[in-house]
Order: sequence, then structure tokens, then C-alpha cells
Amino acid sequence: MTLHGTARSQAAAPTTAKAAPGADGPGPRRRLGRRHREWIAAGLFIAPDALGLAVFVGLPMVLSVVLSFFQVSGFGSYEFVGLGNYARMMDDPLFWESMRITGVYVVVLVPLLFVVSLGLGLLVRQRVPGVGVFRTLFFLPYVISLVVVGLLWKFMFDDQVGVVNQGLRAAGFAGHSWLGDPSTALYSVIAVFVWVMMGYYMIIFLAGLQEIPREYYEAARIDGAGPWTQFRTITWPLLRPTSFFVLLMSTVAAITGGFELVFVLTEGGPANSTSLAIFYIYQQAFVFGEYGYASAMGTVLVLAMLLCSGAIFKATRGGRFDDDR
Amino acid sequence: MTDRARWALTALTGVLAVAAFFPVLWMVTASLKPRDDVNDGRLVPHDVTFGNFAYVFTEVPFARYLLNSFVVSAVVTVVALFLHSMAAYALARLRFPGREALFTVIFSTLLITAPVVLIPLFVVVRQLGMLDSYAGLIIPSIFNAFGIFLLRQFYLQLPRELEEAAIVDGCGHWRVYRSVVLPLSKPILSALAIFFFLANWNSFLWPLVATNDPDLTVVQLAISSFQSQYAASWNYILAAAVVAAAPMLVLFFGFQRQIVESVKTSGLK
Repeated sequence: MTLHGTARSQAAAPTTAKAAPGADGPGPRRRLGRRHREWIAAGLFIAPDALGLAVFVGLPMVLSVVLSFFQVSGFGSYEFVGLGNYARMMDDPLFWESMRITGVYVVVLVPLLFVVSLGLGLLVRQRVPGVGVFRTLFFLPYVISLVVVGLLWKFMFDDQVGVVNQGLRAAGFAGHSWLGDPSTALYSVIAVFVWVMMGYYMIIFLAGLQEIPREYYEAARIDGAGPWTQFRTITWPLLRPTSFFVLLMSTVAAITGGFELVFVLTEGGPANSTSLAIFYIYQQAFVFGEYGYASAMGTVLVLAMLLCSGAIFKATRGGRFDDDR
Repeated sequence: MTDRARWALTALTGVLAVAAFFPVLWMVTASLKPRDDVNDGRLVPHDVTFGNFAYVFTEVPFARYLLNSFVVSAVVTVVALFLHSMAAYALARLRFPGREALFTVIFSTLLITAPVVLIPLFVVVRQLGMLDSYAGLIIPSIFNAFGIFLLRQFYLQLPRELEEAAIVDGCGHWRVYRSVVLPLSKPILSALAIFFFLANWNSFLWPLVATNDPDLTVVQLAISSFQSQYAASWNYILAAAVVAAAPMLVLFFGFQRQIVESVKTSGLK
């Protein structure tokens, strides 16, 4: 490291008049050396992570686009087909159906998850006895894997013996084949996803709510503002950064995170009603070996996701996201 | 707020919390029921049996699957935290040209989540000859900008005087990182450690595409294929599910504060 440091500062020497090797005053030489040592240290500190990210994140991102122009057959034969995969996508009703299902999924899930977790966040912000236990109970499902969650709800949603239908029948309603009926399967998957994730976003909302100074509410109360006015004039505007974060994260999570639930709960069925784009892409690639075609669809999905993120960013004016204080 | 309203809100919260927790409880108690009772619709088992668990462990090498998951999750967690904290330290505390640009590039990879680039990642890992190996399970899971991002935010808040003093004392950047910054980051490192372990223990999609070898099966894959094998034997499936979830539930009750802190940090900063 020291060796390189010296080599680098010497190489840079001609640009700075006073730091010629051998004949330098201690002041400038040391400053230059220190700065360059800092650059090199930074390089060494970052290199392993940067290399890994480049190979396992950056390269795949680029490759995703490259692969989309090839027809790839099972064991590594690549044939350039230009926009062939994209043309094929245009004519593939199942792809469009999967994008439509993803759209419905996101449009129903994201607002529902938002409202439920904000509601829970407001409830568990109360300083009441037992609230710590309640927070724990709401948050707990989040630590369970989506595969286990899928199995658990498959058991609960079972037509005949599931506790959901047993409960409905006990209450005098008819049972329903929640996962077996194409008109309800997607909404059942959404309900399960909300159940898993609501505790996570509840905590994030809670953290945002706790940043709002209590004095604001006290002042509002003195002015005679009711709970609704307090929410509308204090909580809602001051929570905007958190809301932005939750919207963005849950949209990305919804587009990509439905996979395990669909895999375990419905396998895309019945009648393809839960075949989310991410699931359809997985099937094309790893069941049918269509890596090129699946990459083309993946690329379109990434673009759609970036568009969504951009739209959310615009609509909420970004909130505070990075450290731009 | 009136006392009555407060009381009503508390009751409402309690009822909702119990309802939210109910499915987990239902899974655990059902896994303790004998086969004939598993669908009896009772929360409290009539007969309690641990036979389902014994069956799961003897019928399939579940201990091996648990070990695989543990090894993968632990190695990813340790290596990731080490590399991420180094990178984050440099990005937050060292001055070098292109620092902001580099951070922006790293940060932007956060928007592209793994499942979407699954196919090209699979192709890369296959070209590197890492399919069906621990390396293939572990190495790609290490690199994720989320950890770098959170650690960088943490390091930005450290007072500069600490490292200035160390540098005046003649410490190199490595010593500063090792002896000053790392000890200070214990809280965030422990929070992130649990978060990473959790995420990797629960991961399913990558192991699903990256491994075929039964010796490399991780626990999430195992319960998924167990389910298709024992389709209607819910007592066994739920016992397997409880086994897969138990370490996380234990971890959760042990380190709840850290988990909640890491979630909070991820949302606030």
C-alpha cells in the first residue's frame, strides 16, 4: 500500500510544481502523499464490494438486455435474433395477461398495504398498556419466510377443511374455494402478502410518526383540533418522506416479491389467474429453458418498474430519500 | 382523548393484533396434532404429539437442510458485513475523486432487485462454474447495496474528531477502520447481521434455480418439495414449516430490538 502510494504520488508529481521527487519541501509533499494515500485506501476498501457488485449485479443488468436479443437453447447455444424475442412478446397473450395481472396486483396491493400499515402504525403509536406486545404480534409474520407463509395459508384457505371456510360456515356463510376460483385467487394472494408485510411497514410508519414532535399535537389540541384535523394538518404532511419510501419500496416488493407466494399457493393458477409477470418469466426461463425470451420479458418488467418508481417519485416529489438534508 | 376512546382504541388494537398473530399460532398448534385431528378446527390440540416432528426428521434429512441453510446464511452475513462496512467507510469518510458518482451508481442498483435479473445472474454463475455449489449459493447473495447504503448513512454521522485524532496519532486508514470505526458500529452491525441472516435463511428463489444437488438443498426448498411429496398430510407439512420457521422465531424473540431497529433505520435515513 505504501509502495503504491509513493508510486502514485510520483506519477502525479509533474502536475504539481513543488512536489518533484527527491527535492520536495516536507509540507506540500506530505499533503499530496496523504491525499493520494487516501485515494488508494478508498480504492482498496471499496474494491471487493465494487467488484462483486459489478459481476453479480451490474453484469447481469447489462446481460439482461444482451440476452434479450438472443435465442438461447438449453445448454449454451446462442443465436442472435435481433428484436425477435420482443416481437414474440407482442404476440404472446400470456405475457400481456401476466403484465395485466401484475398491474392489478400492484394497484390493489400497494394502496391496501399502505392504508393497513399506516393504520396499524397510528394505532401502535398510542401510549397504552400492552402496546409493545401488540407491536410484536403485528410484526411477527414478517420474520417468517414466504414459503412457510404460503404453506400456512394454503392450509388455512383449503376448500373443505381450511379454518377460513370452517369459520365462515360456523358464522352461517357459505364456504368458498378461495384459491381455486380464478376470480378470487389473486385477491387471496394479495391478502396473504398484506398479512406478511404490514408489520414491516407498520414499523417504518411508526418510526416516521415518532419523528413528529409531540408539541405540534399538543398545540393543535389547545387550538381545538380534533383527531381528523390533527391527522390532516400535522401527521399527513410531515409523514410525506415516509409515505414516499413506503410507496416506492412496496411497489418494488410487490412486483418482484410475489413469486414465492404464487409458487407455493397457486402455481400461477387457476386458469393463469395468478400468473404474475415474475412467475411467468421464471417459468419461461427455468421450466422451458427460454433464457433469451425470458430476458426480453425481464427487461420490459425492469423498465416498467423504473417507470413506476419514476412516477411515484414525481407524484410525491421525492420526499426526503437520500441524505439531502 | 377521553378515557373511553383510549380504552376502545386499545381494545381494537389488541383484537387486531391477536387476529394478525392467529395464523402463526394456528400453524404451531396444528403441527402438534395427530394426523386425524389436524383438520378438526380446534385451536388447542386434543392430543399433543411430537410424532410429526420426529417423522419429518427421520423421513427426509431435515437436519442436513437446516445445516445447509445455517452455513449459507452465516457465511453470507459475516462476509457481507465485513465487505460492506469497509466500502461504506470509504464512501462516507474518505475523500477521493468520483466518490459521489460511485455512490450514486451503487445506490441505483438497489432499484433493480434480484429476481428481475435472475436469468442473467444464473447465466453468469453458470459460466463461472458455480452452479450446484456452496459458492454459487453464497457468493452472489453477498453483494447487495442495501447494507452499504445503511452503513454509509451510519458512518456519515460519526464525529470526524475521532478519526482525526487517530490519524494524528499516526494510524493508517485500516487502523482507523479496524480500531475506531468498527467498534463504534457494533449496534448497526448487529442489527444488520440479524437482518441479513433472516433474509438469507428465508431466501428461496435463488437456491431454487442455482442448485439441484440434494446435498445442497436449503430448508426453504426442502419444505416446498416436502409439500408436493406429502400433499395432503398437513400435520407433517406444518411440522416441517414450523421447523423452518422456528430459528427465525427464536431469533426474533431474542433480538427483537435489533430487528426493529434495522427496519426503522432502513426507512428513516
